[in-house]
Amino acid sequence: MNERTPVMEGRHITVRFGPGCPYCQEHTDLEKGRCPVCHTIWGVRDVSFQLYPGEILGIVGESGSGKSTLLKTLYFDQPATSGEATLTMYQNGKANILEASSQQRRYLRNHLMGMVYQNPMLGLRMNISSGANIAEKLIAAGSRNAGRMIDRSSRLLEHVEIPVERLRDQPRVFSGGMQQRVQISKAIANNPPILLLDEVTTGLDLSVQAKVLDLIRTIQQELGIAMMIVSHDLSVIRMMSDRTMVMLGGRVVEEGLTDQILEDPLHAYTQTLVSSLL
Amino acid sequence: MGYVAVTGGQEAIQASIQLLKEYRSKGERPVGLQVLRDRMGLLIDRIMSEAGLYAPDYAALALKQCEGSPEEAVFLLRAYRSTLPRNYTSRTVSGDQMHIRRRISSAFKDIPGGQILGPTYDYVHRLLDFGLLEETEGELRQWRQEFEAGLPASPEGELPDTAPRVLDLLRAEGLIEQVEEDHSQPCDVTMEKLPLPAPRSAILQTLTRADTGFVSGLAYSDIRGFGMSHPTIGELRYGSLEIEVDYPLDEDAAWYVGDIFVTEVEGLMGTRAGGEGIGVGYGCVIGRNDTKAIAMSVLDHALTLQIDSPTSDMEFVLLHGDCLEMNGFISHLKLPHYVTFQSKLDSLRKRKRRLEDEQGN
Amino acid sequence: MSKETKRGDYNFAFLDEGSKREIRRAVLHAIAVPGYQVPFGSRELPIGRGWGTGGIQLTMSLIGPDDTLKVIDQGNDDSVNAVSIKRLICDTTGVETTTDTARADIIQSRHRIPEEPLREDQVLVLQVPTPEPLRSVDPHEEITRQLHADGEYTGIWVNLFEQLLTRGSPFRGADHPVLVDGRYVMNPSPIPRYDNPKLHQSQCLYLFGAGREKKIYAVPPHTDVVSLAFEDYPFQQEDLSGRKCRLCGAENVYFDEIFDAGTGERYYQCSDTGYCLKRRSAQASQEKGEGTYE
Repeated sequence: MNERTPVMEGRHITVRFGPGCPYCQEHTDLEKGRCPVCHTIWGVRDVSFQLYPGEILGIVGESGSGKSTLLKTLYFDQPATSGEATLTMYQNGKANILEASSQQRRYLRNHLMGMVYQNPMLGLRMNISSGANIAEKLIAAGSRNAGRMIDRSSRLLEHVEIPVERLRDQPRVFSGGMQQRVQISKAIANNPPILLLDEVTTGLDLSVQAKVLDLIRTIQQELGIAMMIVSHDLSVIRMMSDRTMVMLGGRVVEEGLTDQILEDPLHAYTQTLVSSLL
Repeated sequence: MGYVAVTGGQEAIQASIQLLKEYRSKGERPVGLQVLRDRMGLLIDRIMSEAGLYAPDYAALALKQCEGSPEEAVFLLRAYRSTLPRNYTSRTVSGDQMHIRRRISSAFKDIPGGQILGPTYDYVHRLLDFGLLEETEGELRQWRQEFEAGLPASPEGELPDTAPRVLDLLRAEGLIEQVEEDHSQPCDVTMEKLPLPAPRSAILQTLTRADTGFVSGLAYSDIRGFGMSHPTIGELRYGSLEIEVDYPLDEDAAWYVGDIFVTEVEGLMGTRAGGEGIGVGYGCVIGRNDTKAIAMSVLDHALTLQIDSPTSDMEFVLLHGDCLEMNGFISHLKLPHYVTFQSKLDSLRKRKRRLEDEQGN
Repeated sequence: MSKETKRGDYNFAFLDEGSKREIRRAVLHAIAVPGYQVPFGSRELPIGRGWGTGGIQLTMSLIGPDDTLKVIDQGNDDSVNAVSIKRLICDTTGVETTTDTARADIIQSRHRIPEEPLREDQVLVLQVPTPEPLRSVDPHEEITRQLHADGEYTGIWVNLFEQLLTRGSPFRGADHPVLVDGRYVMNPSPIPRYDNPKLHQSQCLYLFGAGREKKIYAVPPHTDVVSLAFEDYPFQQEDLSGRKCRLCGAENVYFDEIFDAGTGERYYQCSDTGYCLKRRSAQASQEKGEGTYE
């Protein structure tokens, strides 16, 4: 698998909250990424990764480890301090998307990437219909044919197992699990090659969690979308991802095939994580 | 009655204006401008403050003309000012140079120069004074003579004319948040559309001209719990400032053009998250209006915070408090809208027909 | 300035010359970038914010002593607000007024574009309550300005789509947004959809003034103006078929709907009163054989 060209690649991505100082520039193993001298927080520190076509890359870590910040940076919700990210399908992988203009970002978000947030209010407009929510992505990508958009959003809702009759209902009247499914259908509306998922099942009932994860698995197999899944829950990562990165204090402390990491964790933190799973 | 266009508009307006004059001139005695200006001082102050024009005589005239409606009076002054050329810009004047009539601090019991209550309703029991029903000019004159006789021979000897700022004490101790001085040309919101995000000069101008009730209500919501400010009045001072303009033939000389009375507040707002030192909010309004000046200082500070509160939303605070704009847009709802309404009816009827057809099938 | 103003206390056309020049500069900017909302230092007038102060400032800054003025509200020359605006302008300029669209140099209007096609030597000034078509998408000016800069109008289309999905029609009653010169989406002011096509490739200059919101924008002559519509739901005007003006017999114009309180009967009259009057006087003179009506 590693022989293939990655669809997305990140190199030395750093997201810093605060000015930084000589002390924290030098010390990379700050507890929780926080500098004791200047109180700067290193949310993401020098993170590099490759995402290959059709794979699911899991990112696991405790709250504050920087995993969600990394995802938000890739989706432009959070500006990066330094580093670069490239998409093979975007300008032949030569452009650093972290420096893209607001118009280029819109293109990337509407055509090449989808995002599913933990909080559905970030991904959906609660006061317009589910149909219009999904159509928003189609419109943003240039569609101006209302009939075709109604068809497409109906089919997408069916795809995520929401009855088509709910097309005109606003997501605010839906249950948490349904809201996540609408969010997923919106995120994949334009068949993006990359889907980012941030703690999408956190806060849902266990039975609902399993259904949503099943759905994501199915979509991944049917459409061959490459996915990055962030979760604090190693059992979610175990169920979903082919490869896994373990983050701690803003840094990647271990990465590899998921099975390998679960069976033979090298880093002390990963070992604690795995032992707690058992 | 159907919604029929008013015709004969010209006659209708004329008749309405005549009727207004009848309302304005009710009773026997005309209102003297001097009486309005001297005895309705706080109303005059409020109008000048919201109009952004220091002109007590014109404010009195405006009040007389509009049956005492503050919003109409502000309207008249603003419209009048639109006709005046701007010939000069006054020199910068600091509250330090104020000839003080009133000065208090709630942060300290005693302050250098002393707490000076001056004229305030703060400590008056708000009981209707029925004695005023029968007040005669003779009695009033006599009272004034006695009052003046009782004053100390040399008031300057008793109370200081100017005083150092209370906050300077705290500043000297390094307890106040450090803020960089800004010497750039201030924005003039009466000459350009409010730039967004607004520079501080534009924020302060907009707040000082804003409707008193609006500013007070927002500040109240902020301190009541919808914002983050917990203000203490570092200093509130009221008094007169001398206004000067450059003398065109000699850079160093200045022309004194007159005094204006203002209320100035420096509010202590607590230390902001991650910051050092006490945050300060600034308020300064034309005339004697403690509440508005304090409210302004609360909003000035709230607008510097990056929090999810209505009072920290710059466009929400700055775009909805102008007396003319709010009253104008609300009152425009009285204009005929039948063309747009017609169009609305058209779609409603169409929809109804369609629904009926669908049900019929 | 040969003509004397009635109110010697005020400058010609109320505003001082500096202000008028500044507004004309904003107008030039607006003409140069069709559909773009040019911010300007809107002056306060004796007439209320929201009552047409944007339009008045445009008219005041453009009008000369020899110009002829027409002011309408809802198409009506005699509507109270139109009369009030006309009086302010006339009192401070002494210009001549007319109800005849063809005779006017400047026409100030609220909610209508006259029926008679306008010529290249005429200016139509429209009063605008809500200039920002993206306001329903985001209440913040800073955001909507960025969206315009990026040409990002997804939010408007989503709102139209939502309306289609939930209410069956993607069209707004009035003020239906238009795309100007293929670049800026613009609110045409609350004119009925019937008037929208008149903006496209017109002979005259359209100016839009929003006094309270402090913006001026323009549609210059010979500019493409397209009403927003989905490919499979072509733009539609209001349905006026089968209606006829009770006074002049005109068809295919925009009508006021009038109820006779006595009979309960509903009938129609031209919304454009100047147009109706002109037709009727032509009909009257034709009957008398004094002339022909073209």
